[in-house]
Amino acid sequence: MKILVCIKQVPDMESKFKIAAGGTWYDPADLAWRMNEYDEYAVEQAVQLKEQVKEADLTVLCIGSERVKETMKKALAMGCDRGAHVADDNAAGKEPFEIAGIIAEYARDKQFDLIFTGMQSQDRGSAQVGVLVAEMLSLPCITTIVHFAYADGRIEVKRELEGGMKALIKAKTPTLVTCQLGLNTPRYPTLPNIMKAKKKELVSIPVQDLLKVEARQETAKMYFPEKKGGGLVLEGDVGQLADRLIQILKEKTGVLA
Amino acid sequence: MKIVLVAEYRDGKLLGSVNELIAFAGKMAADSVMFLVGSESALPAYEGKLYLGDVGVCGEFNPEVHKALLLDVIAREQPDMIVFSHSSYGWDLAPRVAYALKAAQVSELVDVVDGALVVPVCNGKLRRNVQVKTGKTVVTLQAGAFGLAEAPTGTPAVEKITTVSAGRLEFGGYEAAEQGGVDLTKAEVIVSAGRGVGKPENVAMIAALAKALKGEYGASRPVVDSGWAEHKRQVGTTGQSVAPKLYVACGISGAIQHLAGMKKSEFIVAINTDKDAPIGEVADVLVVADLKQFVPLLTEKIQAL
Ligand SMILES: Cc1cc2nc3c(=O)[nH]c(=O)nc-3n(C[C@H](O)[C@H](O)[C@H](O)COP(=O)(O)OP(=O)(O)OC[C@H]3O[C@@H](n4cnc5c(N)ncnc54)[C@H](O)[C@@H]3O)c2cc1C
Repeated sequence: MKILVCIKQVPDMESKFKIAAGGTWYDPADLAWRMNEYDEYAVEQAVQLKEQVKEADLTVLCIGSERVKETMKKALAMGCDRGAHVADDNAAGKEPFEIAGIIAEYARDKQFDLIFTGMQSQDRGSAQVGVLVAEMLSLPCITTIVHFAYADGRIEVKRELEGGMKALIKAKTPTLVTCQLGLNTPRYPTLPNIMKAKKKELVSIPVQDLLKVEARQETAKMYFPEKKGGGLVLEGDVGQLADRLIQILKEKTGVLA
Repeated sequence: MKIVLVAEYRDGKLLGSVNELIAFAGKMAADSVMFLVGSESALPAYEGKLYLGDVGVCGEFNPEVHKALLLDVIAREQPDMIVFSHSSYGWDLAPRVAYALKAAQVSELVDVVDGALVVPVCNGKLRRNVQVKTGKTVVTLQAGAFGLAEAPTGTPAVEKITTVSAGRLEFGGYEAAEQGGVDLTKAEVIVSAGRGVGKPENVAMIAALAKALKGEYGASRPVVDSGWAEHKRQVGTTGQSVAPKLYVACGISGAIQHLAGMKKSEFIVAINTDKDAPIGEVADVLVVADLKQFVPLLTEKIQAL
C-alpha cells in the first residue's frame, strides 16, 4: 500500500504578527513555526494505517523553504518513511489552487492508495487544497473526518457536521480524506525515533518541476482588523486585577448580587 | 451581477443559514437564483427562482451528485458568482464546483469592501483582501458574517431538477452528537476552560470558579478532544450554543468556531496571556494574566464575599 500525507508548516497562532514589506502577507521573521494542527492528525492517521497494514510505504510531502524541513523531520519521527520536500521560497504567496496543483503533479504517477491532508491550514484556513488535489487526480474525497477505519481496500469514516453530529461514509480506495481536529491522539516522537528519522530519505524537488498551473487569485492587501469591541483591557498585579474584576461583575452583571 | 445561492438541507430540515445567503445577495445588490437539494415540504422564504433537486433521489450527502446538479444550473444561468455557506456542506462542495468551473474560490468571506473580498487569516488575527483573476468566482461565507435585520419573506418559484450521475461515496446515515450529562444551555454562568489551562488537572480550577459563581464549567474543543472534559461541555459550532448572563473564557484564543457558540452571552470576560487574542473582540473585559495564578485567586476572593 502506498500512502501520502501532505503537511504545512505554520506559525504559532499566539505569535505577535507583523505585516511584511509589500503589505500582502505576514512577516515570517521572529515567528515560532510548527506543524499545522490539522496535519498532525493526518500524519498520525497515516502512521496508524501503515502500522495496521504492515506492508506500506508512507511519504510525507511539504512545500516551503529549507525551514519546513524541521516540521518534516517531526513527521518522519512520528513514523513516515520518506519525505518529499518541494523547495519553494514563496510558498506563502501561492494560493490553494497552485498548492493543490503542485501536490497533484507530484502524486499523479505514483498510485497512492490513500492521501491524507488536514481539513484546512491554521493561517490561510481556506479548506480547499485536499478537495482540489482529489479533483485533479479524479479521486473520491471525504472532508472533515473524525473517525477512520480501513479494511480490504475500503474505508469507513465519520465526517463531522455542525452541532457534533456525524455522517457515516464508505468509499473504496484510492481515496483522499481531509482530517479534522480530534480524529485521533497524535503521538509525540520518541528520542530513538527522532534519531532514526535523521537517517530517513528527505529529497528536495524544485517547485518549478511541479508547478504547472497558474494562480487564479492573489492577495491585494493584508492588515489587522479594526478593533470593534470597546471592551476593557485590564493588566497588572493579579491581586488587584481580581478585585477590579469583582467590582465590575457587581456593577455590570447580577451574578454576584 | 448575477449569483447562485447554494442553500442546505440536513436531517430533514432546511438550514437557517439560507437567510445569510439572501442577506449576502442583498448586500451585493445582485440578481440571484437559489439552488437546493431538499424537499418541497421545507422551502425557504425566498422571492426568486429556486432550482430544487429531490433529496429523496439525490441524497443529503452525495457531493458528486450535488456537484453535477449544480453545474447544470450554472450552465443555464451563467452567474458571476456562486455562493455557499462556509459549513461542512459548503467547504466540501465549493472546491469541487470551483475546480469544474476553472474558477477561483475565496473561502470564509467576512465582508466585501469596495468590491474587495475580505477573508480572515491566522485565527482572525489578520485579514486580507483578495483579488480574483477568473470570470466566475466561488465564495463561501463565514457563519454569521452576513446577517439580515429581519427574517426574509417570499415564496420561491420552484423548478425541479434531476441528474443521472451517481457518486462514488456511500452515505450510511447520521450519528447523533453525544448525549447525556450537563445541559449548558440552562446555566446562567459558564466558565470555560481552553487549551491555555495546559493540563487536565487544571480543569478543576475552572470548575471551582464556575462553582463559586454558581454556574457550570464549559470547554473549548481542544480540551474536549484531549478527553479533559466531556463533549456536552464543548461550546462552539460543533458543540453547544450558549447565551448565559456571564461567560468567562479562560485560556481560549477566540477562534470563530468557538465565538459562534458564545458571543451572544450577556457579559463576556476573557482571561488570556495574549493581549491580542481574538477573544478580545467579543469580550467586555479582557484580563491579561496567567490563568493559573489569576483563576484560583479570583475564586478565593469570590468565595470570601
Ligand atoms: C469545523 C470546525 C469546528 C470547530 N468547532 C469548534 C467548537 O465547537 N468549539 C471550539 O472551541 N473550537 C472548535 N473548533 C476549533 C477552533 O478552530 C480552535 O482550534 C479552538 O477553539 C481553539 O481552542 P482554544 O482557544 O482553547 O485553544 P488555542 O487556540 O490554542 O488558544 C489557547 C489560548 O490560551 C492562551 N493561554 C495559554 N496559556 C495561558 C495561560 N497560562 N493563562 C491564560 N491564557 C493562556 C493563549 O494565549 C491562547 O489564546 C472547530 C474547528 C473547525 C475547523
